[in-house]
Amino acid sequence: MIFEVFRQERKGQPFQHAGSLDAPDEHFAEIYAREQYGRRQESVALWLVPRASLHEIDDFPDEFDLKYRRVDGYSIKARLREARERAGTLQG
Amino acid sequence: MQERSKADLLLELADDELFLGWRNSEWTGIAPFLEEDVAFSSIAQNEIGHARALYELAARELDTTADALAFDRQPEEYRCAPLVELRRLEWARTIARHWLYETADEIRLAALKASDDPEIAGIASKIDREETYHRLHAEMWVERLLVSEDGRARLNEAVEELWPYALGVLDDELRPELRSRIEGRLGRSLPEVEPVPRGRHEAELAELWQEMTVVRRSAPTGAQW
Repeated sequence: MIFEVFRQERKGQPFQHAGSLDAPDEHFAEIYAREQYGRRQESVALWLVPRASLHEIDDFPDEFDLKYRRVDGYSIKARLREARERAGTLQG
Repeated sequence: MQERSKADLLLELADDELFLGWRNSEWTGIAPFLEEDVAFSSIAQNEIGHARALYELAARELDTTADALAFDRQPEEYRCAPLVELRRLEWARTIARHWLYETADEIRLAALKASDDPEIAGIASKIDREETYHRLHAEMWVERLLVSEDGRARLNEAVEELWPYALGVLDDELRPELRSRIEGRLGRSLPEVEPVPRGRHEAELAELWQEMTVVRRSAPTGAQW
């Protein structure tokens, strides 16, 4: 079984994908994950997820090029500044 | 526990951990699969870490250094149990030894945790906390081997071969506990045999000692890495 391993570096931080491992079952996976992703005190917690349990989505059609919905569609900086000036909340 | 000085007791424990750590590390790079390679190597490093901590305590008793105790003695002066000296680069025997040793060590550590000497009790608790994971690892393999006929046969054969050595890790009064745990897990009785006692050494020890001390002997004042 392939397990995807997510690790948390410090309490409160998000879990991030660390890698994967191959193990015969979840007991072996736990031991292997501890040794590979925890033995240097680099993690405070690990999540082990069987790869088969992941639901992957990898198609995102954008037929009409709706770039205004994307964060890189336009610059917000100047508009935000104007809006803040109007609202009197401009800092510094 | 059998009567012996504090330093002798610490050296027995340290030598067991050093040699077992060394033997287990012989699998680094060639274990049956990658994940096991990393895990087993890490366990080997832990054992050597335990040995270091124990040598440091012993060194204080004997007014010397941990390195001197680990590397400057002659092969026959080591106090390890012959179980950890054996070179058995075969996976079933490696797992059987690992399981037998960890089980014996758990029994021994439980006795040491009750020691009147706070230093001994303290280090035994500390080591025991890390050994928990080694035991989990060993137990997991045993569980796995016992479910198939082939695995069960290989484990039983290996345990039977190593059984007199496993008994030799412990003092007389702790041996029945080891027997009952191992027999209970395997669901069979093991032969009444003469334990291979601590203090006797296997032929493989000298060879291992040569390899283990080569750096120390080539740079007696300490190697720089």
